[in-house]
Amino acid sequence: MDSEYFFELLCGGLVKGSIYALIALGYTMVYGIIQLINFAHGEIYMIGAFVAFIVSGVLTLTGYGGPTVLLLAAVIAIIYAAAYGYTLEKIAYRPLRAAPRLSPLISAIGASIFLTNYVQLAQTPDFLPFPELITDFDFMEPFSRYVSSVDLVILVVTTLTMIALTVLIKYTRVGKAMRATQQDAVMARLVGINVDRVISATFIIGSALAAIAGVLIASRTGQINSAIGFMAGIKAFTAAVLGGIGNIPGAVLGGLVLGIAETLGAGYISSAYEDVFAFGLLVLILVLRPAGLLGKAVKQKV
Amino acid sequence: MSTLVKFATAAALALAATTPALAADTIKIGVAGPHTGDLAPYGLPTKDAAEMLIAEVNAKGGINGKQIELLFVDDQCKPEIATNVATKLVSEGVNVVIGHVCSGATKAAMGIYKGAKVIVISPSATNPPLTKSGDYPNFYRTIASDDDQGKMAATFVIDKLNAKKIAIVHDKGDYGKGFADFSKEAIEKSGKAKVVMYEGIQPGAMDYTAVIQKLRKEGADALIFGGYHPEASKLLALMNKRKINVPFIGPDGIKGDGFLKIAGKDAEGVYATGPMDVSKYPLNVKAHNDYKAKYGKEPGTFFDQGYAATLAALNAIKVAGGTDYDALGKALKSSVIETTVGKIKFDARGDAEGVGFSVYQVRKGAFVEVK
Repeated sequence: MDSEYFFELLCGGLVKGSIYALIALGYTMVYGIIQLINFAHGEIYMIGAFVAFIVSGVLTLTGYGGPTVLLLAAVIAIIYAAAYGYTLEKIAYRPLRAAPRLSPLISAIGASIFLTNYVQLAQTPDFLPFPELITDFDFMEPFSRYVSSVDLVILVVTTLTMIALTVLIKYTRVGKAMRATQQDAVMARLVGINVDRVISATFIIGSALAAIAGVLIASRTGQINSAIGFMAGIKAFTAAVLGGIGNIPGAVLGGLVLGIAETLGAGYISSAYEDVFAFGLLVLILVLRPAGLLGKAVKQKV
Repeated sequence: MSTLVKFATAAALALAATTPALAADTIKIGVAGPHTGDLAPYGLPTKDAAEMLIAEVNAKGGINGKQIELLFVDDQCKPEIATNVATKLVSEGVNVVIGHVCSGATKAAMGIYKGAKVIVISPSATNPPLTKSGDYPNFYRTIASDDDQGKMAATFVIDKLNAKKIAIVHDKGDYGKGFADFSKEAIEKSGKAKVVMYEGIQPGAMDYTAVIQKLRKEGADALIFGGYHPEASKLLALMNKRKINVPFIGPDGIKGDGFLKIAGKDAEGVYATGPMDVSKYPLNVKAHNDYKAKYGKEPGTFFDQGYAATLAALNAIKVAGGTDYDALGKALKSSVIETTVGKIKFDARGDAEGVGFSVYQVRKGAFVEVK
């Protein structure tokens, strides 16, 4: 019984971890390229979920059902979120590119507050029921005590996203341009890279990832609200820092470690102190490895 | 300015001077509560109820041949003002006070009434220690105490659902944890079931899987949840996904349309405690009709309780044959009366028996009272 309980918790932690990882991927990618902690990432996630909610509501009314709704809702949510991310960068971050590092950070916090309130006013401050877009798979029935169907989808999507992102950054043209921008923006410009466009692309990809996370996670929890971005952002940020911010496999590892630590802590000790386990672990790891689990310590060039 | 103060003082003195003359042939009842300010909607319905009822009784010749005089005082639900107005009522020689409305203000005023041996019947102060502490033998109320809801849930789970191992989960807030704590206390006191799990969860968290797994591991056969509907729906969605079928019971924070809307089909079969439906009692119907005839609208919050408190006071005065403190107390505790909130009688501590909560269950997308 006890080893079974442990296994159940482990599976639960794995799922929770991949939820965190899914949001943390977009977070860490933006940081990796322009060293900006994009606090509004959680809000883009929330907007993605809201768009999917509206689209699926309309589609269901017009008689569509099943995977069509999920796919269309996800695609439209991604387009919307990408547009928001692109605009956000243009309005809130680009004018501050040459400013001290603290300024875009403050701007990011402002953008986060603005977007939360904007959705609250334009939509509703109430909780809304998010439709169950991922229905139960029959073959998952025997495993439902460990991992439900929607959990499986989240696990798979997180893994695929991580691989795709790594490939994108390591092997494609735009990925190379991103890395070049990260290493030295001035030099990148000199060799003919359109740095502004690369940064825009970074935000578009990061926001698209947030929208995917938003659709999947809202479909799992079954409810959305204009404030869900805050908690998501905080946890994803923690996961990204834990794994080494700017490092893509690190974000996934960080998310998993965080999720498993929280779940085991809650399962064996008390769920009232769940956040204490999460942030206690963060402090511990940062003391031992200041750059995070997979982060490389960068020597400051003088 | 100073002339105004002088004038006001003079007027107050004149008023004070005239009242003793009346004292001999009238019975004085104070009505205290927030009559102005942002909490006035909680106090005014009680004032209206008392006014309506007393006018009716006076027109029929009063009680024991005496007319009843009502004295209204406004405490704005503020403890510091409540003590002032309580002193004023006592100095004017009231025997019974209907009020106060807010628990904090009531508590502040009780000391003054206790010293002056004035009976206080509150329509709305739900704070448990007001009766349970035993500090205020002169305090009565026509509304259920906060802990009754937790007790109700516990009794229901033990007696009706025959649960032996009960899990309690709360959202760590005042309301949710309060409900959870009172349920836990009631379960432990009953000795018929065990609390196998008592957990707080983080409201707004993205996942509660660990709590759900623990619930299964402990083999709980009922789950009592203290908190509001967003967390309740999240828990239920997860439980259904993981095929955990354990009866779920929550407080009145989930008994509403918000919960039904968000939880959707997960809500089916969920139990919730909520205030008893009193709208069918004949007296309640009559009082509401009278009110509508007079004011042209539905009465507000605590109108039923205020009406019941006034009825209880009048009945006690009648039974006691006067306004003697001990006789009034005895009358309140011994007589069963028909009121707008049902048939009630006060217990030794001043809580009304027969007032309280019912258990409801979601059936076909609506809350239905469980008999």
